[in-house]
Amino acid sequence: MSVVVLGQGGDSPFLTIPFFLSAVSAGFPSPAQDYVEKTLNLNELLIQHPSATYFVRAEGDSMQGAGIFSGDVLVVDRSLQARNGDIVIASIDGDLTVKKLELSSVCRLLPCNPDYSPIVISTEEALELFGVVTNVIHSFR
Amino acid sequence: MYALVDCNCFYVSCERLFRPELNHKAVVVLSNNDGCVVARSPEAKELGIKMAVPFFEVREFYDRGELHVFSSNYALYGDISSRVMSTLEALAPAVEIYSIDEAFLDLRGMQLNYDLNRYGHQIKQRIHKWVGVPVGVGIAQTKTLAKLANYAAKHYPKTLGVVDLSAASWRSRLLKKTNVADVWGVGRRTAAKLYAEQIFTAADLAESDAEAMGKRYSVMLQRTILELRGIPCFNFAEQPTEKQQVLCSRTFSSRLTELPPLKEAVREYAVRAAEKLREEKGLARYISVFLRTNPNARFEVKYANSAAVTLPNPTCDSRVLMSIAVQLLEQIYLPGYRYMKAGVMLGDIQPHNSYQVDLFNPDLHSPKSQQLMKTLDEINQRYHRGVTFVGQGFEQNWSMQRQHLSPSYTTSWQDLRRVRC
Repeated sequence: MSVVVLGQGGDSPFLTIPFFLSAVSAGFPSPAQDYVEKTLNLNELLIQHPSATYFVRAEGDSMQGAGIFSGDVLVVDRSLQARNGDIVIASIDGDLTVKKLELSSVCRLLPCNPDYSPIVISTEEALELFGVVTNVIHSFR
Repeated sequence: MYALVDCNCFYVSCERLFRPELNHKAVVVLSNNDGCVVARSPEAKELGIKMAVPFFEVREFYDRGELHVFSSNYALYGDISSRVMSTLEALAPAVEIYSIDEAFLDLRGMQLNYDLNRYGHQIKQRIHKWVGVPVGVGIAQTKTLAKLANYAAKHYPKTLGVVDLSAASWRSRLLKKTNVADVWGVGRRTAAKLYAEQIFTAADLAESDAEAMGKRYSVMLQRTILELRGIPCFNFAEQPTEKQQVLCSRTFSSRLTELPPLKEAVREYAVRAAEKLREEKGLARYISVFLRTNPNARFEVKYANSAAVTLPNPTCDSRVLMSIAVQLLEQIYLPGYRYMKAGVMLGDIQPHNSYQVDLFNPDLHSPKSQQLMKTLDEINQRYHRGVTFVGQGFEQNWSMQRQHLSPSYTTSWQDLRRVRC
């Protein structure tokens, strides 16, 4: 996997990450420094509709195949219309759960772990969605 | 044309958003200190629970498991409210925030190009889909009529939550059905006087002689009458007025008698008030502290007092305001009473970028103080009250009673809603 440097995080009221902080090469100033034009804000990348975006925390292992692990923070955008294959937050018997949405001849909520079985929804109208998951924030340490 | 958008039982809807199992269940939200019912779900209304009743009167439902109860979670309601308002701002040319759960939209000119009834439904659907709370929409020629239309949208299920009063026939039907006491701006006292004059409905009021009524009652009532006829008199406030004072006061969870916990409380209130002041980019010159026992206690000696001081130079520095607040408290504190409530008020507020400095006294709004306060606010915002002054107290045994408080789902990383996977 290759990594492309995008720019520098900046001074804003939101959480920002200074991109060059860790890229220190001893004794030699980064030649890229002169070309930094704007600062980056993670919100810009993760949040398209601020008033419709909520964060939730995942708990459990049924979505590991989709890259969602217990303790991860999920970015949920309520404004999006759910499509076949989206990762969604659904309300099942009053409980909120993360699953992959299947909208074909049947409406099902699919786990991404062979140890779990799909949840069949009787009709598309009976499906109660909290929102569509757009990003997952996973911490490595 | 104006629209009034009003959230249905707003506090309950905020709680339900993160607890979908409570949809269609009886839910109430209690006031500060878990005192009275301030919001009810329709199911709670069906149980016969009235607005503003003390919690202990309806406790039996809760004990039987028929009623779900929440303490007021203002961090949550404030966040959801700002989401509703910013969603509205994207939909309408101008928005006037009227309260935490209501906003007027200025739709002047829009009736030419839009079917306003359909537009009302679009607003309702958008807020429900994006933010997740239900709203009602009332549309009419004036703000007073928009209020009425909204009332109808909520009370008549047939309307599906949207009422457009631009057609005159609709308007006269609704005015005939509406009690004059439910008209915006008509108080209970005025309503009683109006009943005596055989004015019972909004239609009766609209047909009365506006000028004569204005002379006998008030100019306000005269304008209300014209508004009911569809003549706009209350303008759309394009800019909210600047705050004249900042207040922070609370009722203690239990009565306080000693000076040290009272000092902690007053320091806390001063710090909170200073934070609010800085949010509004203001500086205060006047600071007052009040203290009182329960005014309704039957068998107790009562006491209430306040003290105030005007500073030579205005400030928003927490340290200065805190120490002055404590000095003021010491002036009015008397031992031997059971205190119920205290508060700090900041007044004579001036914008931070233009104020008069008294030459013979130190400028309290020094660059050093500004920098320190800025840093403090940033840390507290990021780490959820990470820095406190020693005098604010660590235990805060006097603080509010909130036994049924829900997590701060949207404002604290520790409190995020957990979803099963």
